[in-house]
Amino acid sequence: MSKFVFLIPLLPLIGFLINGLGRNFLSKTLSGMIGSGVLVASFVLSILVFREVSAAGFSTQIINLFDFIKVAGLNIPFAFQIDQLSALFLLIITGIGSLIHIYSTAYMHEESSPHFARYFAYLNLFVFSMLLLVMGANFIVMFIGWEGVGLCSYLLIGYWFGNNNYNNAAKKAFVMNRIGDLGFLLAIFWMLSQFGSITYADVFAKASTAPVTVLTGIAILLFIGAMGKSAQIPLFTWLPDAMAGPTPVSALIHAATMVTAGIYMIARSNAIYSLAPVAQHLVAIVGLATALLAATIAIKQNDIKKVLAYSTVSQLGLMFLALGVGAYTSGVFHVMTHAFFKALLFLGAGSVIHAMHHEQDILKMGGLRSKLPITHITFLIGCIAIAGLPPFAGFFSKDEILAAAHDMNPIYYVLGVITSLMTAFYMFRLYFLTFSGSFRGTEEQALHVHESPFSMTFPLLILAILSIAGGWIGIPAVFAENAHWLSNFLQPVVPERHVHHHIPHNMELMLMGVVVALVLVMIVIAAKKFAKSDLGEPNEPTGFGKILANKWYVDELYDFIVVKPVNFLASFFSRVVDNSIIDGLVNGIGRGVQFSARQMRLLQSGQIGSYVLIMTVSIILFFIFQLLWKA
Amino acid sequence: MFAAFDNFPALLIWLPLAGGLLSFFIKSDKGAKANAMIFSLLSLGVMLGALAYTESKHFMLNQVSYVWLPGIGSSFGLILDGLTRILALLTVIIFPIVFLLVPSGRYHHANRFYGLMLLTQCGLLGVFMATDALVFYLFWELALIPVYFLSSTWGGEKRIRATFKFFIYTFLGSLFLLLGILYMYLKTGTGSFGLVAFYNVQLSELEQFVLFGLFFIAFAIKMPIFPFHTWQPEAYEEAPTPVTMVLSGIMVKMGLFGVLRWLLPMFPLAVKAFNTPIIIVIVAGMVYASFIAIYQDSIKRLIAYSSIAHIGLMAAGAFTLKDSAIHGMTLQMFSHGINIVALWIVADLVERQTGVTRISQLGGIAKKAPTLTIFLVIAAFANIALPLTNAFVGELMIFNGLFQFKPWIAALAGLSIILSAVYTLNMVKNVFYGETVAATAGFSDINKVQVLALGILTALIFVVGVYPDPFFKLIHETVGLIVNKYVTI
Repeated sequence: MSKFVFLIPLLPLIGFLINGLGRNFLSKTLSGMIGSGVLVASFVLSILVFREVSAAGFSTQIINLFDFIKVAGLNIPFAFQIDQLSALFLLIITGIGSLIHIYSTAYMHEESSPHFARYFAYLNLFVFSMLLLVMGANFIVMFIGWEGVGLCSYLLIGYWFGNNNYNNAAKKAFVMNRIGDLGFLLAIFWMLSQFGSITYADVFAKASTAPVTVLTGIAILLFIGAMGKSAQIPLFTWLPDAMAGPTPVSALIHAATMVTAGIYMIARSNAIYSLAPVAQHLVAIVGLATALLAATIAIKQNDIKKVLAYSTVSQLGLMFLALGVGAYTSGVFHVMTHAFFKALLFLGAGSVIHAMHHEQDILKMGGLRSKLPITHITFLIGCIAIAGLPPFAGFFSKDEILAAAHDMNPIYYVLGVITSLMTAFYMFRLYFLTFSGSFRGTEEQALHVHESPFSMTFPLLILAILSIAGGWIGIPAVFAENAHWLSNFLQPVVPERHVHHHIPHNMELMLMGVVVALVLVMIVIAAKKFAKSDLGEPNEPTGFGKILANKWYVDELYDFIVVKPVNFLASFFSRVVDNSIIDGLVNGIGRGVQFSARQMRLLQSGQIGSYVLIMTVSIILFFIFQLLWKA
Repeated sequence: MFAAFDNFPALLIWLPLAGGLLSFFIKSDKGAKANAMIFSLLSLGVMLGALAYTESKHFMLNQVSYVWLPGIGSSFGLILDGLTRILALLTVIIFPIVFLLVPSGRYHHANRFYGLMLLTQCGLLGVFMATDALVFYLFWELALIPVYFLSSTWGGEKRIRATFKFFIYTFLGSLFLLLGILYMYLKTGTGSFGLVAFYNVQLSELEQFVLFGLFFIAFAIKMPIFPFHTWQPEAYEEAPTPVTMVLSGIMVKMGLFGVLRWLLPMFPLAVKAFNTPIIIVIVAGMVYASFIAIYQDSIKRLIAYSSIAHIGLMAAGAFTLKDSAIHGMTLQMFSHGINIVALWIVADLVERQTGVTRISQLGGIAKKAPTLTIFLVIAAFANIALPLTNAFVGELMIFNGLFQFKPWIAALAGLSIILSAVYTLNMVKNVFYGETVAATAGFSDINKVQVLALGILTALIFVVGVYPDPFFKLIHETVGLIVNKYVTI
């Protein structure tokens, strides 16, 4: 296996180079085929890897490619680690990546061929970086991928670079991620000085030797990195803005893969977190707070992509809750199911936007059920999956997180359930506003609304199937003992939680039933409110609704406490300190020198010749001096 | 000293010197450019030869010492060791690229222009290779004086003011340097200017403190680091772009090099006593310069302040005395030179086509010049040390050293990582993205020569960024000597 593993990231890199360098020569068909082809090939290889990893008797494989930095006491190989966790992420990334590449060939067809090739180049580069992130055998390789995906996210959010709003969104995403990256970097240095190594195997083996305060510090710094990449409080405001990018990009990067990097990182580092309970609590609380906050905002958004974006932030929060209560497997499980249904929802939204000629306001949609039959049914499946109705994928992973939260603290459980109920509400609000009732767009739009081509509906169908059945690999013990395939599979990397269920099975079943019933109630309320053909005049939100519609004014707050002070300091340092004080002093000295220089003016004729003459004369004098010295 | 053909160091001095002097006698502009290209490429060839044939193979020497001024104990000593090799390599790579991109007819009296440029190259190589303090000082001045003429003759509107300021600063620095060297010379006892003799001088603590101050100020002005930096933005803005490239890409490394070669080995007691406050001031200055860069509306001043922050990081790294940081900053001296020259090339191409350097008056160039934009984006991200670009490796190691030194200082310096993303991406956005404006409406993409120049630099960005190992092998031994000196104290 180790012989071809390097091909998995290399193929997308080659695709990037071909599309990037050949952008002016390649036809759109060829660009699309290359871009998608390399991904499908990587996917096939990932399946082979996965088969091997899931076979009995497999042990973790390290593949050393070359020495990246091996000097000054550092030993950082460019190495990959293939184990259960990375193999699972490989499948998710290349599998969903392939579908989204194929989908993009149709979605981006309006672009001219150089830009079309540029798009696929960026997308391939993203997959390459994402693969490095999950395949790395040490934190440096993870960091290389980590910043690489940030770069690609920046490039793709600002893909339509003519629009400065998009460019601002791209910049915001990169800068906010950099704030997190600083935390990650400091964690790396701390690990280097504590453990003398940055390789997973060494660090995790030695973790128990380090003082708890050090582990807590490292864990919190790593989590700051995760906050940036995975859009958690306080670094979450870039993700909704990131919706400026093309919709398939939102599906791949800002829903299914990149934003889950933070979860991967913490799950990977579970050996550290399990020894740092304070950091774990922080992760759980931040995750839960983010889940709640984002869910409240999603209720009042009218842009189809913004609703999904806040939903993503909220779901990521739930994943962090899982990690924070020590249920690493559940977090990873939810990464997987979420990748299925959120990619499905985003691609469905893309299909709607495509059909509606770039309309994204759901108040101007409605009644698309009959016009977009495949998009409709698959989108509905996605909504049911995220709402968490059995036996759809989301039900199992979400239930597991809630159960784990319950073990840790019943308040976590209650707040988690409230988040789930809000999720069901806003998702079905979105669904009914888009697909039910009567069409509220322009006549022009009504005339042209059409179902998307097969290359777009095909990925929807596949993802819909996965959104239905994807959760069955994690059947909870309450239904069947030892049926949790995923948790058994991940066990070598992510040890089983030692907290045993405190609640008896029938109690658990009852709670499960109550939650499902409440979710159904939410769906009914949403249907009552939004499924009618006449919505009435859309009225400006007031009071609390207005606060939610304005996203709790978090952007305004950051503008006030960060952006404005930074700009003030920049201007103050530049105009006052540098120009007036420091330079003023220097010029003062300068004037003094100038004054005395006037006395020596005769020496300065301004002619190069005379300077050279003086130089020569001085050198001669120097030699004479030397001769005299000798004598 | 004329039997110079048996060794690489002397060839590296003679070639640009001969080419420079020859240039003054060439009448035609084209001839002068060809002459400059030939001699700078010959230097590059010699340097590559020096890298291929190391001392152990006995093909040619990498260290020489000619009898020069025996009466006062100065010999013309040159060496190509690890530290020198990486900086000499940078020098001989940058000069042909700079020459390649000078458009014909851009500078009147082109023969003098190229001549002075080649003399500068000679001076720079001499500074890096000198093993004798007097020779070092001579080349230090030789590198400086042509730059003074270049800037005051071919510079921008405010060139006189800018050049004067530059001159005052550096003259002051040179004065301190000379004083320091003379005192050291007197203290050698044997009356020698040799590097080894200087290393072995026994100094009292007080003497070390004072001499450290003299050398430090000279080098700090040259780098420059806060608060000695205000000559730099003006000089960069007003000097002709080829000179700015040399100044910012190579010449500022003279200060950093001076710290490694002279300051750290000579005054260990003073270094140990002062390095903490120095690092704190430098790091505060980095953050300060990064803030100022955000405020700049001139591309050139933005790059200048960005450079102050980046140079500060290298200087801070040197003073940590940590193995990791000194390796990192040595490599970073090379990488920074490559990146900043790439940025200047782009800035110059924009200015040449639009006549504008104000960021607020530009926009939308990406639509008109996609190839240029690709190179710019790569250089910009290398400048902010994205992984797999050259600067990442060096800065990672410097930060690691800073963290070993004091974690909170690394965290403070880390602010500059965030701020650098802010100002760099602002510039990329406002100049290259968005819709075209009046100044950029007729912008055209770059030609093949420019693609070649930027392509070479871009290749270097990725080679060092992906596989830095050979470069570390190059510098490891010399850097180890510097660091070990402190391990034993």
